[in-house]
Amino acid sequence: MSQELRTNGIVQDEPLLWEKGRKGRDGYSMPLRDVEKASIDESLLGDGPDFPDLSEVDVVRHYTRLSQWNFGVDTGMYPLGSCTMKYNPKINEKLSSYIGLTRSHPLLPAHLSQGTLRLLYELESYLCEITGMDAVSLQPAAGAHGELAGMLIFHAYHKSKGKKRNKILIPDTAHGTNPASASLCGFQAVVVKSSEKGILSHETVAELMDEDTAGIMVTNPNTLGLFEKNIRKIADIVHEKGGLVYADGANMNAVMGIVQMGKIGVDVMHLNLHKTFSTPHGGGGPGAGPVCVKKELEKFLPVPRIRKVKDAYALVENIPESIGKLHTFYGNFSVLVRAYCYILSMGPEGLKAVSQHAVLNANYIKEKLKDHFHIPYDRPCMHECVFTDKFQEKHHVSTLDIAKRMIDYGIHPPTIYFPLVVHGAMMIEPPETESKEEIDRLIAVLKIIAKEAEDNPEIVRNAPQFARMRRLDEVTAARKPVLIG
Amino acid sequence: MKEINELILPNDLFYTEAHEWAKTEKNSVKIGITDYAQDQLGDIVFVELPQVGDTFEKGSVFGSLESVKAVSEIYMPVSGKVTAINTALADSPELVNQDPYAAWIIEISPTDLSETDTLMKKDAYLKQLKG
Amino acid sequence: MRYLPHTLDEVAEMLSVVGLKHLEDLFKPIPASLRSKKGLAIPGPLTEWELEERIAEIADIMASTEKMKIFLGAGSYRHYIPESVRYLLSRSEFSTSYTPYQPEISQGTLQAIFEYQTLVSRLLGMDMANASIYDGATSLSEAVLMAIRITRKRKVAVSRLIHPNYRRVLETYLTPAGYDIVELPYLETGRTDISSLNDFEDIAAVAVQSPNFMGMIEDLKMVREKTKDRNTLLICAFSEPLAYGLLKPPGAFGADIACGEGQSFGISQSFGGPALGMFAFKKDYVRNAPGRLVGQTTDLDGNRGYVLTLATREQHIRREKATSNICTNQGLCALASAMYMASIGGTGIKELARLNYDKAAYLKEGLRKKGLKLKFDGPTFNEFVVEYPKGAYQNLMKKGMVIGLPLEPFYPELAGQYLVCVTETIKKEDMDNLIKEM
Repeated sequence: MSQELRTNGIVQDEPLLWEKGRKGRDGYSMPLRDVEKASIDESLLGDGPDFPDLSEVDVVRHYTRLSQWNFGVDTGMYPLGSCTMKYNPKINEKLSSYIGLTRSHPLLPAHLSQGTLRLLYELESYLCEITGMDAVSLQPAAGAHGELAGMLIFHAYHKSKGKKRNKILIPDTAHGTNPASASLCGFQAVVVKSSEKGILSHETVAELMDEDTAGIMVTNPNTLGLFEKNIRKIADIVHEKGGLVYADGANMNAVMGIVQMGKIGVDVMHLNLHKTFSTPHGGGGPGAGPVCVKKELEKFLPVPRIRKVKDAYALVENIPESIGKLHTFYGNFSVLVRAYCYILSMGPEGLKAVSQHAVLNANYIKEKLKDHFHIPYDRPCMHECVFTDKFQEKHHVSTLDIAKRMIDYGIHPPTIYFPLVVHGAMMIEPPETESKEEIDRLIAVLKIIAKEAEDNPEIVRNAPQFARMRRLDEVTAARKPVLIG
Repeated sequence: MKEINELILPNDLFYTEAHEWAKTEKNSVKIGITDYAQDQLGDIVFVELPQVGDTFEKGSVFGSLESVKAVSEIYMPVSGKVTAINTALADSPELVNQDPYAAWIIEISPTDLSETDTLMKKDAYLKQLKG
Repeated sequence: MRYLPHTLDEVAEMLSVVGLKHLEDLFKPIPASLRSKKGLAIPGPLTEWELEERIAEIADIMASTEKMKIFLGAGSYRHYIPESVRYLLSRSEFSTSYTPYQPEISQGTLQAIFEYQTLVSRLLGMDMANASIYDGATSLSEAVLMAIRITRKRKVAVSRLIHPNYRRVLETYLTPAGYDIVELPYLETGRTDISSLNDFEDIAAVAVQSPNFMGMIEDLKMVREKTKDRNTLLICAFSEPLAYGLLKPPGAFGADIACGEGQSFGISQSFGGPALGMFAFKKDYVRNAPGRLVGQTTDLDGNRGYVLTLATREQHIRREKATSNICTNQGLCALASAMYMASIGGTGIKELARLNYDKAAYLKEGLRKKGLKLKFDGPTFNEFVVEYPKGAYQNLMKKGMVIGLPLEPFYPELAGQYLVCVTETIKKEDMDNLIKEM
């Protein structure tokens, strides 16, 4: 039977866009033509793109159905480690879509853009305070873009000192974006092994740090959910040799109001506003990855910078030592508006409570599940905890199977097989916006799955059974890529 | 995954610590990866090949194998110049999974055939696998 | 606090499970000397209602198109956005999900990106497209890095008529790794002087934008001719994709990579971001491409479905050897543009592109008839360069009109020249008023 005619109840099938529609339909209210046709050189003309013609209803049904095959934070718990899938406040969506903001052109003269400039200026100052850094650029469009900005600043700093450095220290627990960003700046990544306690030891850093090394990139708390408590000593060692310390702030949501990175030896860091500051992840962006620096490095930040002179805000382009521009304009502005709204909604005590509750949730889950799943580093954690499939291995049930089985219970799987230093890792991050009932349900579901792995491993290995699709053939997709229809 | 006693390891090949095999023929050496390596990698989806005429030192990377979620580099068992590449692997990387010894990856003209003395024979390789 | 569901009792209960008394105790793994002694000095908390007032105040002091007539483009264009697009985009199944790592419960995002990749490829006349880059500028930068990887050459030639900010970003991306950028000057005609390419050797790629920053349509056929037989790739950039509803797309000229800004398609200007880096390329180069790719496959029951694929190019697997460091991209913006392309359709995009062309031509002709000098002579799309009488720009701003972008800050040699933009959102009456003021 054709896919279109299956008895699927109200879970609708939906073809590809160009498999529907009829030539001559339209889903767009064409503006009236109030001028004559002008002459045009025929040789420039193309045939126009081969798009389908769809009615407004065709389009609305299409995307509504597609949306129903998706799982989002508003659907259910989404404990995807390192990604901080917290609730995205609805008021922020409304406020960021005010016409005064959405219709503002980036190249208007500054006196016509005082509102947007004021908002950016204030957001910079809040982020300075939260991180304990001295200056911020909001230009980077995502975390990896912020890292790139940071590495460019490292590069510019060493150049200004008259010496090019070729290497950079990166822990084995780092996100892949760290080495990838560093290598764009010509730095060769030197891997720093974390200790048996899951954190960096300053002795190891001392052995590797030399005067050809630009500095170190540290994720803190790290990707095992552990705080790098030797950070100050590590910073001293790196500074001693003339290097800089970069903090990947992807996990800043664990320590807001608890630790100011700028006060513990960090020189440059980025934040992920789509993680810590609740802006929607959008199915993979847009995010925002502001880069924050200490005073000494401010002159290297991307241009333009926003300055306040008396009561007016201005954009300053002419800063000779700046790394230049990273974005066509000023970054993902409307994402920044949401983060601004979030910070003001929470206030200082609220942000601290965010971190406290996130850390409480992770430790609670760790405690409740430690007899059911192996914990590679059994220490008090920050906002996320890492388990493995070691107990389930003997039943031939893997981390992947466990993750897929969670789908059957209506919970988004955790981050799996990361960090790479943990075999069969499952990284669970329960954000502060999850209630105790949801968290208890996650715990109960994982206990059931652990039991199923013993009693009925087949059902785990065959999961998911109740999703839109069963497991997909990724091998064929990669061997014979079909990227367009 | 295969148990060690299930692995196929022909007697007439040389083996490396990084799980390549080398087969010496008259003036040439064919190079591929072992049954153990293909089994560990899982379904191979892409083989990155060098160009004919490229020269590599023993121990240097001449290509890579990709599964869905991993990349594994392949190293030269002995130094030499690439004289042929197995173009069938471009369209059918699964051949490496099906028979890793028939699915050679490159053929080289060795710089110094005595370099094979440093490679392992089956027994030594098996010992390494058993750890 | 409405985003924090735990009650005091629940907090106490959970703390007792982990064997602690106070929330502060959770942070004992952090040495006391590293912990902050005092609270954060930021404002708030604001109620939802206070917050609304604050943002309304900020939005109200902006010069929006509600209050002013704005003839500005230069990489950020005002086009009408169907309300259905705005509405669909706000569905939280799309907006509150993440990168589709679990395909079984992400088919909505995955199919939508697959469709986006297809529509972008068709728009640009290219073989395939990725799931997006941040914006036009970073899209160009990634294109150039890709060409460097493919050709293994270290130098690129870039037209001076590519958006100046795109070129600034490119410079930022390329300089630290030691790659060279040579600039191709422009001719009196407002087009790139491609003959200057003869002065250089070992060029990985030639990058040109069409329509270029001045709105002029480049002779891509000639540019392609010049790059042939040199193992030099042709990169075609753009800032206004609507142009390809009317004009031949980059693929028609054999472009190897087409890259640019997709903001025109269903994405509001929002002070320049978020925007959308469209990125398309020839099939043979797919393994060198940056960013996410979605591919079609089947599930265990044989049903058609979609997955992220060719991930071994990416940073989370290949780390320092990845084709790019990009991870989070512009997912929701790509979705918006796909919805826009679906809504406007193949018939509609031709009509709308033509309307844009005709409107801009109307203003251009009107100003010319008034005796104003057009800097460049030749076909343009949506934008053109004109020399306004002294003081006109400032005077008309007081009357609620922003009549173009002064070009001097970007091109010192073009002092007194302005880049003027007209889209379907500008009415004839507004153009007549502008002409009358001259």
